[in-house]
Amino acid sequence: MSDNDKPELPGSGREHLSPIPEQHDPGAPQHREFVTTDELSVEKQIDLSQKSYSQGELIRRRFFRHKGAMISLAFLLFITIMAITSIGWGPIPGWWPKNYWEASFVENGGRPSLGFFPPAWGEQPFGQEDAGKDYFALTMRGTQRSLTIAFTVGILTTILGTAIGAIAGYFRGWVESVLMRVTDLFIVIPLLVLAAVLGQRSGGGIWPLAIMLSLVSWTGLARLVRGEVLSLREREFVTAAEAVGTSPWRIIFKHILPNTMGTIIVSATLTIASVILLESALSFLGFGVRPPDTSLGLLISTYQNSFTVRPWLFWWPGLIILGIALSVNFLGDGLRDAFDPRQSRSE
Amino acid sequence: MTVTTDKTSGAVLDFSDVDVRFTTEFGSVHAVKGVSLHVNPGEVVALVGESGSGKSVTSMTAMRLLPSNARVGGEITVNGRGIRTLSEGAMRRLRGNDIAMVFQEPMTALNPVLTIGTQLTEALELHGIASGKRAVDRAIELLDMVGIPEPARRIKQYPHELSGGQRQRVVIAIAISCDPKVIIADEPTTALDVTVQADILDLLRSLKEKLNTGILLITHNMGVVADMADRVAVMFKGDLVETGTADEVLLNPQHEYTKMLLSSVPRLGAGRAQMGVNISEDTIDRDAELAIDLENLVIEYHRLGKPPFRAVDDVSFQVRQGEIVGLVGESGSGKSTIGRCALGLIPAAGGSFRLLGQDITGMKRRQLKAIRRRIGVIFQDPAASLNPRLPIGECISEPMVVHKVGNRKEQEQKVYELLDAVELPREVYNRYPHEVSGGQRQRISIARALTLDPELLVADEPTSALDVSVQAKVLNIFSDLQARYKFACLFISHDLAVIDLLAHQVVVLQNGKVVEAGPREQVLANPQEEYTQRLLAAAPVPHPGEQRERREQRHALLRELGDEVSEIRASGGEFHRTFVQTEEPKDL
Repeated sequence: MSDNDKPELPGSGREHLSPIPEQHDPGAPQHREFVTTDELSVEKQIDLSQKSYSQGELIRRRFFRHKGAMISLAFLLFITIMAITSIGWGPIPGWWPKNYWEASFVENGGRPSLGFFPPAWGEQPFGQEDAGKDYFALTMRGTQRSLTIAFTVGILTTILGTAIGAIAGYFRGWVESVLMRVTDLFIVIPLLVLAAVLGQRSGGGIWPLAIMLSLVSWTGLARLVRGEVLSLREREFVTAAEAVGTSPWRIIFKHILPNTMGTIIVSATLTIASVILLESALSFLGFGVRPPDTSLGLLISTYQNSFTVRPWLFWWPGLIILGIALSVNFLGDGLRDAFDPRQSRSE
Repeated sequence: MTVTTDKTSGAVLDFSDVDVRFTTEFGSVHAVKGVSLHVNPGEVVALVGESGSGKSVTSMTAMRLLPSNARVGGEITVNGRGIRTLSEGAMRRLRGNDIAMVFQEPMTALNPVLTIGTQLTEALELHGIASGKRAVDRAIELLDMVGIPEPARRIKQYPHELSGGQRQRVVIAIAISCDPKVIIADEPTTALDVTVQADILDLLRSLKEKLNTGILLITHNMGVVADMADRVAVMFKGDLVETGTADEVLLNPQHEYTKMLLSSVPRLGAGRAQMGVNISEDTIDRDAELAIDLENLVIEYHRLGKPPFRAVDDVSFQVRQGEIVGLVGESGSGKSTIGRCALGLIPAAGGSFRLLGQDITGMKRRQLKAIRRRIGVIFQDPAASLNPRLPIGECISEPMVVHKVGNRKEQEQKVYELLDAVELPREVYNRYPHEVSGGQRQRISIARALTLDPELLVADEPTSALDVSVQAKVLNIFSDLQARYKFACLFISHDLAVIDLLAHQVVVLQNGKVVEAGPREQVLANPQEEYTQRLLAAAPVPHPGEQRERREQRHALLRELGDEVSEIRASGGEFHRTFVQTEEPKDL
């Protein structure tokens, strides 16, 4: 342990050896009206030589150092890219030669041809289902649909929940009472039942289903955001903005919401993880995505009877659901750690 | 650089070459760099320094209560025992029995869900002093000793039912409950009002005199040092720069830092022109227009299911253009409420509030916005008053954006001008508030308040969260700006010395009512009202001899007014005898 980081005492004549660059930089801006105070000030020098980190950059830095989150991010990106490029998106064709709707001759009892020792891709890496459809293409299609629903719901609930929470928290009074009672109403009805009823009405298409799911899962975020806004609106910078004559909307969008970004992003990630599971559960029960379209939950539901005979029909979609839910949760954890205010950056 | 004075072998607390480093995300922080210090029985040693000097960290090493990322070097002995090698169990027995602590904020130092009695008896029972009914009796005795009236009833109460001063007395009672040899008092009076501060200091002094307890007093307030300390140690950025007796250090400081620190303390009654602060007297025009005109103002807070709480009751005073009016009072006096009312944030329940010639009670939003354009505001907490997500330049230009003044280029120009005015480098424009320290943030707040060239500035305790040297700088800038822009100012503060330095007129508030008002010289030099006299008598000055005199005068004043001087109600011998251990201490 060396004492190199110990600044020399002012007045000792060795200040120029100080490791703090500002102190011996003749070109640095000098404000020397109050000479003694400047040299002996307890205020830290504004170190203009160093790179400036905004709060966002500090958070990003911590996030990218979080190993679990980085592995999860890589996994999630891998799954997403795989799902999109393999069978293509809409009219755009993918690199996988088979599609998910054409039945064909079942080879080798539909067993997966994916091998690890030696690594081999084979004709049907995930095997084939009853009618001989390629199970890899089906699973990828299911992953696409599940991810689409999850991200759509994630974005829509975030917008809805943030708006409702912020309005309730900032305006208080009857606005808050009405909005929060509505929130309570949504919370007391079991989510799965509500989603099932709404999912039934959506007719099995993924876009109506996504909108229906968004309508039931914004409540948690709304409460979180309201809580944050309630504490932020008492902070002096908000009072200062009010005292200047700033309009309520500008205060909400410019001064309050940027400070709740941490909560919002973390909550949005976790919503995505739970929506993946909710969609799977609904599709499994038959209230979600319906054939001819498919989703991961629907695949499991369709082939649940073949679990004992052809377990891969269960394992592939099951593992992907597990993988996505886990990695999104880890991402959320990483984000929460990055936003954690316990790290003291100030002072 | 360490200065050691003669060391008696009987020191109850001894730091020898203590060195503390913290490992953090951005590398290691060297917080304490080889500090040697000792406290003898019956002696108060003041450890003085500003924030970041390492004074609290040094004291915490003696309790071994530093977070796990701290690496401690050097030797610390408490009552003759080296604590760095003690087992955790032995350390727990030592805390309380030999060394105890009094914290800064009594509300957070006490557990809000436990009664005072439970918290007091807990210490007694854990250390095997007394248990059951005997512990309760002892707790009542202890409360009585520290001067809490009706101790038998108080013991069943919760911390929130007591006032701040009484809570601090309870914390002191807990600290002395096991008869420690040394007490570490970490800023024990910083969160308290001056009159309460004086009482608590009297109580602590009697501990030293009657119980022969050694006290390590950590403080940034030079007045408190002058009032209490036998010896003083000054810390600066982790180094001990000067030690000596209170008289030596305060009256004849050797180190540059100590000199600077002492010259930054505003002294009550020393008049204008301290610390380079210049407030001109002649700019005041007696017939100038009124910036604030309060007449019988009443402000009430509505409470659910209870009658409204009257925070401001029948207050009348005026602020002229170009004049600084100091609003003084202790916590709960309604001074900040009046400030917020002046900003149109709280409605008045009665009376009239004329701001810049217009009555703001019952004003429409649009009119209110127009009048807010002409008012600036500075708040107390530099950490909370700037939006952490906005770069500093945008923080300052925000009022111009809101009121649509000038184009982007002009706004930027104005921000640079203001940064120059508050003596910050222009490069901070694109930096964030967390990159600068408290005093610099407060200067940014001042710049933001002046963005629209206000005619009136409301400053709510703008310097009370700052270190003295930083406060000196901020007050200096403030006075220069006032001389340049000639705005009227409502300056709210609890610090009489600061008010004495800045204000033309002084209004003293107590419990929402005006006690005394008038020109500065009249109110602060020749107070007519009892409350003002008490306030002035309680404010400590950083001169040991003078402070001793002031203390005597204050005690005389208290006796004259029929109050008693607070002190521990027990004699030393009697107190120590009760601590013959009656039962085996529980295995902690």
